[in-house]
Amino acid sequence: MSNVVDIQHKEQSPPLPSNQETLLEVKDLKTYYPVKGGFFRRTVGHVKAVDGVSFSLKKGETLGLVGESGCGKSTAGRTILKLLKPSGGRITFDGEDITNIRGSRLRERRKDFQMVFQDPYASLNPMQMVGDIISEPIKNYYPRKKAKDIKQEVMELLNRVGLPEDAYHKYAHEFSGGQRQRIGIARALALKPKLIIADEPVSALDVSVQSQVLNLLNELQDDFNLTYLFIAHDLSVVKHMSDHIGIMYLGHIVEIADKKSIYEEPLHPYTQALISAVPEPNPKKKKERIVLKGDVPSPENPPSGCPFHTRCPVAVDKCSTIKPELKEVKPGRKVACILVD
Amino acid sequence: MNNFTDFQSQPPLLEVNNLETAFEIDGEWHNAVDNVSFQVKPKQVIGVVGESGCGKSVMSLSIMKLLPKGIGKIRNGDIKFNGKNLEKLNDKEMNKVRGKDIAMIFQEPMTSLNPVFTIGFQLSEALHNHFNISKQDARKKVIHLLDKVGISRPEKVVDEYPHQLSGGMRQRVIIAMAIACEPKLLIADEPTTALDVTVQAQILELLQELQTTNDMAIILITHDLGVVAETCHEVIVMYAGEVVEQTDVVTLFESPKHPYTQLLMQSIPRMDQEEEVLASIEGIVPSLKNMPRQGCKFVDRCPKAMDECRSITPQLKESSPGHGVKCLLYESSWEQEGMKAK
Repeated sequence: MSNVVDIQHKEQSPPLPSNQETLLEVKDLKTYYPVKGGFFRRTVGHVKAVDGVSFSLKKGETLGLVGESGCGKSTAGRTILKLLKPSGGRITFDGEDITNIRGSRLRERRKDFQMVFQDPYASLNPMQMVGDIISEPIKNYYPRKKAKDIKQEVMELLNRVGLPEDAYHKYAHEFSGGQRQRIGIARALALKPKLIIADEPVSALDVSVQSQVLNLLNELQDDFNLTYLFIAHDLSVVKHMSDHIGIMYLGHIVEIADKKSIYEEPLHPYTQALISAVPEPNPKKKKERIVLKGDVPSPENPPSGCPFHTRCPVAVDKCSTIKPELKEVKPGRKVACILVD
Repeated sequence: MNNFTDFQSQPPLLEVNNLETAFEIDGEWHNAVDNVSFQVKPKQVIGVVGESGCGKSVMSLSIMKLLPKGIGKIRNGDIKFNGKNLEKLNDKEMNKVRGKDIAMIFQEPMTSLNPVFTIGFQLSEALHNHFNISKQDARKKVIHLLDKVGISRPEKVVDEYPHQLSGGMRQRVIIAMAIACEPKLLIADEPTTALDVTVQAQILELLQELQTTNDMAIILITHDLGVVAETCHEVIVMYAGEVVEQTDVVTLFESPKHPYTQLLMQSIPRMDQEEEVLASIEGIVPSLKNMPRQGCKFVDRCPKAMDECRSITPQLKESSPGHGVKCLLYESSWEQEGMKAK
């Protein structure tokens, strides 16, 4: 890190959890992918990948988004980063409505939110040296910065994420999966962002390496006062990382609460099933498992009413007609189920 | 779940002795599986745990004799199934064992099915290979099998193509294919890794159900300790091609002995516990070419490593009855105890 920024970070003493300011607020976010078909490849329908997602994220906190494949968690992350165009709703970042910003303003704001990708093999350019990969965002945003200073910064980043200095002149293929993910993290940190969206950052890694990367992400969060949106399918990993957790199903958040409540007293039937389905490394513990029938329905043709009613073990007739709203049932706990009050 | 001791008296279904499987890299042969021995008793579920590159998949391919020709070979050791030495069988004889006596399911339900043939065709192929069965009977059997693995509307799915099914359904089809000839042993290589948790729960439940109804033994290869804890009777922990610890599932989770197993257990985030910092294992598994020739292969990453660990190669020894550990820490204490007993 350059000295200037170091001082800035030191000055920002970690704020108290109670009166933290909101960094990211997402309201009724919708992302629809058009389905082309028929004559002239007209749009014949929409895949509602994200369909009315709302949450807010305070500075220095981590929100975990969990759900099965196809639930829209990655699409939500990409839309917030403005890599995808939102079809509706509002994204407020650091007090500014960024839903429709474009061009140079978007470019300016992008410095503040960065992404760590899932696949450390595909997300690094095999033709570039690690030093170039990490310095590219800096060169891009600060073209007048001296090459020497940039190198210095990159070296410090390498050091911070636990890579040797000689990594600078190596290529990505010379590293293992865990080390590649460290390179990806260093690249995301290069512009000193405020928000990092980590999309399944450890799912491609082995358990022992996974824990190294999780520990690193936690350390960096404390050091740089980062805010994370942590997207993953592994509930135990999300629980380890997050302060709040949102459970997604078919483009909707069905339950959102602090992690303790989610794990100790899940309210939505889907959350209950999801948590009971995680195999626990304890052979003596016998748990009541709720095994759901069938697969997740296609988001192109979602069920009427509650999106979960086709697999829900406690569904009643009303569930197929009434679409439940995500409403606060207790302070800080929101659930979208007509059976929960 | 059965107890470990229930299995001890029975003759083994599968016996692997001192198996060494090597691959040729730059003209030199390197052992990917190094001196691995274990037994599977009938109806037993054995878990093989380890990180990528630890040799767990190569081991299962060796048992099935499916190693890539010319690149990989079994250098040493023997594999006995029901007393019959698989090593001595030629390709034709081995084809009769594969699918009928021992079946295997793979991780990727997407790539293990042929996209251009119907589900019914692919499933009946196995039946036609091993039994003299008419087309109509095969079709009936296939529908019955699909029903057995929990596929709704099997009469329709039988004429569908793999791409029309979801990931979980495809894995069910693969399982149906594997159990078509009622094998006595099923090798499941990461059967649920590509699936979502709720679907994983369905597949694990199905495997357990089939294991009891078909009296089938299962070798479950996985990296997920949670899956092991919930389904297996006995567990083998592998590191760098070697078995480093082997015991029944309760003992393994209650008192893991090898430093690698201990770290592995501490490095996973738990649902029922709060942990600030996860344990991690420094460094990575050495590559086949850089594997230490002498001493313990875990030495560079081991927090408890001693000087002797680099020079003395530890042996897999029982530290207590039924609990094998490959670590010098326990070898000496075991010898001392043995001395005391004398």
